[in-house]
Amino acid sequence: MEIYNGKSVYGGIAIGKIAVIGAKEEVIVPVSVANTAYEKERFKKALLKSKEQLTELYSTAVETVGKESAEIFEIHKMMLEDTDYIENVEKIIDEEKIMAEYAVSKTGQEFSERFLKMDSEYMRERSADVTDISQRVISNLKGKIPDGQKLCEKVIIVAEDLTPSETISLDRKNILAFVTAGGSTLSHTAILAGIMNIPAIVASNIPVDNSLDGSIAAVDAYSGKIYINPDNALLTPLRKRLDEDKKRYLELSKLRGMETKTKDGKKISLLANISSSKDVSYALENDAEGIGLFRSEFLYVGRTKPPSEEEQFEAYKEVAQKMQSKTVIIRTFDLGADKRADYLTFEDEENPALGVRGIRLSLENEEIFKTQLRAIYRASVYGNISIMYPMIISEEEVKRAKLISEQVRNELKEKNILFGNVEEGVMIETPAAALISDKLARMVDFFSIGTNDLTQYTLAVDRQNSRIGNLYDVMHLSVLNLIKMTCENAHKNSIWVGVCGEMGGDIDACKTLLSLGIDELSVSPTKILPLREIISKIEVFPKG
Amino acid sequence: MKNFEYTIKDENGIHARPAGMLVKEASKFNSDIVLESGEKKADAKKIFAVMSMNVKCGDKLSVLIEGSDEAQAEKVLYEFFCNNL
Repeated sequence: MEIYNGKSVYGGIAIGKIAVIGAKEEVIVPVSVANTAYEKERFKKALLKSKEQLTELYSTAVETVGKESAEIFEIHKMMLEDTDYIENVEKIIDEEKIMAEYAVSKTGQEFSERFLKMDSEYMRERSADVTDISQRVISNLKGKIPDGQKLCEKVIIVAEDLTPSETISLDRKNILAFVTAGGSTLSHTAILAGIMNIPAIVASNIPVDNSLDGSIAAVDAYSGKIYINPDNALLTPLRKRLDEDKKRYLELSKLRGMETKTKDGKKISLLANISSSKDVSYALENDAEGIGLFRSEFLYVGRTKPPSEEEQFEAYKEVAQKMQSKTVIIRTFDLGADKRADYLTFEDEENPALGVRGIRLSLENEEIFKTQLRAIYRASVYGNISIMYPMIISEEEVKRAKLISEQVRNELKEKNILFGNVEEGVMIETPAAALISDKLARMVDFFSIGTNDLTQYTLAVDRQNSRIGNLYDVMHLSVLNLIKMTCENAHKNSIWVGVCGEMGGDIDACKTLLSLGIDELSVSPTKILPLREIISKIEVFPKG
Repeated sequence: MKNFEYTIKDENGIHARPAGMLVKEASKFNSDIVLESGEKKADAKKIFAVMSMNVKCGDKLSVLIEGSDEAQAEKVLYEFFCNNL
């Protein structure tokens, strides 16, 4: 039994098989062979196996991510059927009298270079597809399971870190737990785990290589421990805890349909943070009273051009409809810093967290911004949608954003396109915004405090840097003072103020926030019911 | 021998998805189907060749079809181009 440690970002127990994703590939050394016919036969078999796998992946993906996204697997299959590709591999085997793995790897390189030379960025990125299919054939030649195939059964995912686009394509049903070597408590893996209710450990010392693939492991994401080949003495208490968790889950689900109220009767709105329209099901499952933060930027990442107005419209409409008349707050794309999209040119920035991000990027790319606003306004007739602008530091920015949204409304009116009554709010996530919240409150319909960034900027502590993780304190007096000020200024101007950071999960933080005057909390879907229970035990105005 | 000309209207040109769809359509026929654009030439049944042509929006393309089912292929492929590219 081996034991590894990491940082727990979402508690829970998982026992099952490991699937290593994105392990560093060993270099393929050219090995000479005498029997080239045998190598060609091996190649043919691996090719056939790869195509079978892709057919299987395609049909699963059609169900989970839809036909359009699934088509990539069909294209991969066609690439493997391309006679130019096949003949090139066979030619290398024949001419160089070399093993099939090497011939496939070399062909993959040659073909991907063709794409890399092209002048279109989109085509250059297709080189990754060539690498992907070649890697799949090589895995099959070696009798190993290719990455993309590993998620066809229930597994514990072990990876270096998961990118936003990877996390979106994963199938929830088959993920028992996440264990990453990199990442931080605020990384995408952590966010996703919170939304999907998946035990997760990040920043662990687990080796991300294929040797662990298929091993049985127990993940204790309460203590941050991973046990490979666990013995029975260890499994017994873990299984017991797993049962308790299930019971607790049932207990909490009794709170579904109840109002969220403090012990002394103050009504609190308890909403969910989501990253895609798919997440709405998790929000509903956990009885969210609305969507307090729809991170629309996830529609923009991992692709080669911004999402079209139509695509966005469909996503926003779906969320609005599914939430019926409940509030849905869409944050306009908050890209920059750690979230990049290649089509929005980012020069290398010395300080990305202080660079072109959030509303700054939107105002620099007015057309893309307008497209998003049009999609939001058009979707607004299907439910109760609000818009929220991120990373505000000045009245000027709010003025400009509101002017653009007014232009969008006017254009829609001219075309006789209907839209609903959409409230506009801002995120208070910079000390600057908090300090001028008296002025901002007169310009908008609501405030939502982003405690993660507000803490990072107030304390000058990089929230991605694990070495100073102990300095990152959302309950620091300076942060609380800014929150207090924001609440007072909001209420003076009769607007509501919420919190949409990952703060407020524990009883003390929650109590503090509510006593400062917070009206709304928006958290990961899985935190809603536990928080409803916590809030019912809190007195906002203690007697005496 | 049949042929037709077509000017690409899709803003991304023949990118991966339509290239895949085109290869799939073309492969249904026995005829030899060749795409030509300027100096570039590709067998329409081979996805790498089609994608490597790097055909862009506004590019003029000739589609040359020769074989037993060329008439049917011409009709189907012309429709395919109009609907998808």
